[in-house]
Amino acid sequence: MTVESMSQTNHQERIGVYVCHCGTNIAGVVDVEEVARWAAEKLQRRGVIIARDYKFMCSSLGQELIENDIKELGLTRVVVAACSPHLHEQTFRTACARAGLNPYLCELVSIREQVSWVHTDTAAATEKSKAVVAGGVERVLYHEALEPLHVPIHPATMVVGGGIAGIQAALEIADAGFPVYLVEREPSIGGHMAQFDKTFPTLDCAACILTPRMVSVGTHPNITMLTWSEVTDVTGYVGNFTVTVKKKPRYINTDLCTGCGICWEKCPKKVIDEVFEAGLGYRKAVYTPFPQAVPKYPVIDHENCTYFQKGTCKACEKFCPTGAIAFEQEEEYLTLQVGNIILATGFDILDARRVAQYGYGRYANVFTSLEFERLSNAAGPTSGNIVLRDGMTVPKTVGIIHCVGSRDRNYNNYCSAICCMQSLKFAHLIHERTGATVYNFYIDIRTPAKAYDEFYQRVLGEGTIFCRGRVAEVSDVALNPGEEGKLVIQTEDTLAGRQRRIPVDMVILSVGLEPRQDAKEVAKLFGISCSADGWIIEKHPKLDPVVTMTEGILVAGCAQGPKDIPATVAQGAAAAVRVLARIQQGQISLEPVRASVNEELCSGCRICNGLCPFNAIMFHEDRMVTEINPALCQGCGTCVAACPTGAITGTVFSNEQVLAQIDGLLMHNVEPGPLEPAAPA
Amino acid sequence: MTEPFEPVIIGFTCNWCSYRAADMAGTARIKYPPNVRLIRLMCSGRLDPMFVLKALSSGADGVLITGCHPGECHYLVQNYKALRRYLLLRRVLGEMGIEPQRIRLVWASAAEGVRLAEEITRMVEEVRALGPLNWPGRTNGHLEALEQAAQQAEGEPV
Repeated sequence: MTVESMSQTNHQERIGVYVCHCGTNIAGVVDVEEVARWAAEKLQRRGVIIARDYKFMCSSLGQELIENDIKELGLTRVVVAACSPHLHEQTFRTACARAGLNPYLCELVSIREQVSWVHTDTAAATEKSKAVVAGGVERVLYHEALEPLHVPIHPATMVVGGGIAGIQAALEIADAGFPVYLVEREPSIGGHMAQFDKTFPTLDCAACILTPRMVSVGTHPNITMLTWSEVTDVTGYVGNFTVTVKKKPRYINTDLCTGCGICWEKCPKKVIDEVFEAGLGYRKAVYTPFPQAVPKYPVIDHENCTYFQKGTCKACEKFCPTGAIAFEQEEEYLTLQVGNIILATGFDILDARRVAQYGYGRYANVFTSLEFERLSNAAGPTSGNIVLRDGMTVPKTVGIIHCVGSRDRNYNNYCSAICCMQSLKFAHLIHERTGATVYNFYIDIRTPAKAYDEFYQRVLGEGTIFCRGRVAEVSDVALNPGEEGKLVIQTEDTLAGRQRRIPVDMVILSVGLEPRQDAKEVAKLFGISCSADGWIIEKHPKLDPVVTMTEGILVAGCAQGPKDIPATVAQGAAAAVRVLARIQQGQISLEPVRASVNEELCSGCRICNGLCPFNAIMFHEDRMVTEINPALCQGCGTCVAACPTGAITGTVFSNEQVLAQIDGLLMHNVEPGPLEPAAPA
Repeated sequence: MTEPFEPVIIGFTCNWCSYRAADMAGTARIKYPPNVRLIRLMCSGRLDPMFVLKALSSGADGVLITGCHPGECHYLVQNYKALRRYLLLRRVLGEMGIEPQRIRLVWASAAEGVRLAEEITRMVEEVRALGPLNWPGRTNGHLEALEQAAQQAEGEPV
């Protein structure tokens, strides 16, 4: 496309260019007045009739400026040079629409994220801003007036993960009268919270506040619980997802089972419970993870069941009073239609063995925080007695090490957010139940939420000893008689400025939270992205924390990042509200980024036919032309790029738009064109 | 020439990953040279090789193509198609005498602002070392033929 051919297309367009200062965010580096003045002068022949700069273009006054110009100057195109389109494209499109201009005739180009924030040299940054504006002006000439696509929203929602985040989200939606599928991988919902004893800072019993919610989920007419199940496939798009769920065989006929518990009483096979009891307790081969499990039906653990492994036993079947044992069950695949999906897949705890210097796995009396939760839980393997690994000795001194695997570049850089409060809670519980001396080894105490610091003050008052510094190692090598038979914590006390060796009976590692082991695969399955750490990336960290960048896929709880129970519950409810708002509207507007075929130009070569992963491309044998189904097209544009005859066009990202933007970015549209040696005068 | 040569590089980004990586580099105030000018596409699969030819023939000294990591494409597999086209295009450009460093493919997820900035910095240095592309001079009159081909590809009457 030469300047000559371009000049035929303009003139009838009246373009307004608006350059934002963003306070000093842009104006601090880019000479914004110069950019606006330059655009008005040098891009005049491309149709720019007005170029303004303003302190905050996104403010209501800034938007009014644009609206007034559209009305008074009769602008037919608008270019805003400001922040990323991911932030304010909608703002300026809406402003244009208010003034009667089709919103898709507005182009937002980024001179903040892509210029002022990443460059330091004012001259170079101003030059680049001019090029970016020139690119925007050239591109906007080829914009088309479009209407958003409307698609209906299926009223059902899928919540993946039955922890407190998923429970909250499911209940909110179900209470509003819409159907929910709650998918949980484990035999029962409840998640990590069900494993805890007390919850900080109020010390409510976790089970007491959680189990009523679990029961509500189990009995809610609008909630279909799919426990012992996993999502295996997701297709479709917002409003119309088709999800395949694998129901693993329970080997229990849930229509007959009453949850009486005789089967697990009679089962002869004991297995260490690595999941719910964190390896501290036993369960049977047929089991429910805990007494208040919802649903109440047990599962038979195929790997450990004597009948499945050796072919004989069937004790459970013999004793079951209702004949509910069903060894012949097989896995089942369900296909479900949903409009939105909330991911509440939670977290894993860091494998404490990775922090080898703290001796977890080598020394019996080094515990992880999750193990301690079970140890202190009245329903746990020791009935809430805080004892050493031998099951009887009550510790006299306990060391709690904070930040294990968190805030440490060898493991995870981030703060796991809950460990300080959790460690303080442990200190309180140990004091209360054993009277032992408790040491907390911390880097910083972080207690930023409601009533958290008050709890810290309380624990301080109880006599817990705080030692500031990162622990170097835990060892059983005694250097003096006082250390014999103890675990010795070697640490720097940064407040006293000296090394300390503190002999203790029990060490608790406050291990950090990590994304689920399979977070990457889950992200891929649902078509969303994870941060480098593995947490799900939200649309905006502050303003849109429960929505992912994929429309219709939301996130709640620790899957998005480490957080405590109040924040998790808030996110579960927030995600539900976002879904409800969508469902209530009945339909959703989608960006009209779609490909379409000009049948006149289509040669029927079928090159595009194999390129679409969404099966949006159909070939009509009778007419020897290809057609694209707009309902299935996702707008990636791969077929547009592949079409050898140019028969396929993609709205919003058409060839003309991109080629024009290249010309603009290379300043070919500027008068006189400095980079275009062959440009006609 | 006393002034150091400052190359102009056109960068193509994917709406879902690398454009957001560029946003992230901005939010984190990571610095990179101002020689690269980015264009947003919905997907690296949208990258018509014609765009690259157009950029190079219109005065860009290099073209950066970015997309989601293999296996992480928002549109499932379209970045693989971008990869194929890139490999083919590089060979074609090589036969035309274009140095391979002038066209670069970088995978950058939405979280990899740092990586994108590093890759941009590296590419700018490499292209600066190569000097101007000066396509019209090099192609020695073949430019018109190329433009004709590009127009054909667009489906416009030649």
